[in-house]
Amino acid sequence: MTTRTLTCIGCPLGCTLNVALEEGRVVSVSGNTCKKGDDYAHKECVAPARTVTGTVRISGGSLPVCSVKTAQEVPKDKIFEVAAALAEIRASAPVSIGDVLAENVAGTGVSVVATRHVAEKTA
Amino acid sequence: METYDIVIVGGGPAGLAAAIAAKKAGIDRLLILERDSELGGILNQCIHSGFGLHTFGEELTGPEYADRYIRQVRELNIPCQLQTMVLDISPERVLTVTGREHGLQQIAARAIILAMGCRERPRGALNIPGYRPAGIYSAGTAQRLVNMEGYLPGKEIVILGSGDIGLIMARRMSLEGAHVKVVAEVLPYSGGLKRNIAQCLDDFGIPLKLSHTVIDIDGKERVRGITLAEVDENRRPIPGPEEYIPCDTLLLSVGLLPENELSSSAGVTLDSVTGGPVVTESLLTSVPGVFACGNVLHVHDLVDFVSEEASRAGSNAAAYLQGGEKAEDASVCLVGKKGVRYTVPQLLDVHQMPEQLTVRFRVGQSYRDASLCVWFNDTCFRRIRKRIMAPGEMEQFTLRRADLPADLHTITFTVEEDAK
Repeated sequence: MTTRTLTCIGCPLGCTLNVALEEGRVVSVSGNTCKKGDDYAHKECVAPARTVTGTVRISGGSLPVCSVKTAQEVPKDKIFEVAAALAEIRASAPVSIGDVLAENVAGTGVSVVATRHVAEKTA
Repeated sequence: METYDIVIVGGGPAGLAAAIAAKKAGIDRLLILERDSELGGILNQCIHSGFGLHTFGEELTGPEYADRYIRQVRELNIPCQLQTMVLDISPERVLTVTGREHGLQQIAARAIILAMGCRERPRGALNIPGYRPAGIYSAGTAQRLVNMEGYLPGKEIVILGSGDIGLIMARRMSLEGAHVKVVAEVLPYSGGLKRNIAQCLDDFGIPLKLSHTVIDIDGKERVRGITLAEVDENRRPIPGPEEYIPCDTLLLSVGLLPENELSSSAGVTLDSVTGGPVVTESLLTSVPGVFACGNVLHVHDLVDFVSEEASRAGSNAAAYLQGGEKAEDASVCLVGKKGVRYTVPQLLDVHQMPEQLTVRFRVGQSYRDASLCVWFNDTCFRRIRKRIMAPGEMEQFTLRRADLPADLHTITFTVEEDAK
């Protein structure tokens, strides 16, 4: 049996989680103060995932970039590939919050959505 | 001179929530003054997620969180003047304002809500020797450059200070292809949230060096490197094993300072610990009709708490106007002692307070297995066991009016360390 100590990222409390693992499977979780901690520990030890946020280049906008996020979490080991893919995406103003700017980013099956409005540039 | 019922100084998370609450409480002659070209304040550059868990029950990015409030401000037809800077507020609540659209104006207000937020502590406050080369940025400046203006400030990065903005920027710069070599923190603990250490440093293999600081910056035109040294318990560098780290950029995340120049000009009494106004339970400052909320009052960890506090300021300001602008009789003092650095509010009017009142405060150092004690005058009213308390995490306690004794004059918050 192995143990892992994690910091829960489910909320700002940041509980310290003690996870007992047997052959890669989670046997027990302690230290969490809510169900989120339990869920996080299971996921983090088996298939860790993160929401990636970043920016996408915008042409003709009031700002040169628009902030974006992955619509769902992506596998943790794909974070850098997703970030690199964001740098290649191009979109044109106007952009509205929630607009899908790319699909299946870095082969994850997850979309990239705008998290702000970018108006067209006024002369 | 135009007169408004309530003028809100600042269109960030605090100003937006305060304006919405005041409008919903029946105040129509409202005005938000914002110096930037859009509403939302600092949230616009905080593009990471993690906002809104308390308020909306979901994790939003900063701009998304701001948008929820901006939409309400629009729906409620609350007037805003953007690119408008308040230059002065007089004790009689006359604001001197300059802006793109209206030029120089004077505006009178029956009530004012201060919601100017905070600023980052600059390099000049740190006494680091060296020239003033390019490549030294406050973490928030770098955040704006990367997230809104599309520039990467450097490739080889050292971050001094482990506040949340520094941690968030360590991850952000890494994702943009920069190499973050180390985060150094002069204190023996991080000032940032634990989850940010996990997901911004640990996830990216970025080392956090506690009790370390930058003692020299190398480079005349551009940063070429920094020298890192360990510090003793008095934060003085220990002579000996210093480390030179080549880098082209130094980011500073060394604290936030409430921005209270306007409060001072209005004659508002400031708390020397928080750097923000002294307020009563209704968030009223020492100047009649002037309220304060958000990071201008005290620096918060979570925007959710800013919104909640600001909406109380908005509804309290409305109630103050609707109730005939009566002065408060805030005769009870709230004080932090023995490990508790400050409280907000600092004053309490027992007759005006709601049934329940949340008092927020911070401890001055990290504690493990200690007790938080609340004293009514000289009697310990409550002792709460805490596994962990840290300066980076704001604490709170809910006072119930029914519990308060009749002869109450002081409520004291202390930390008592348990016998080992």
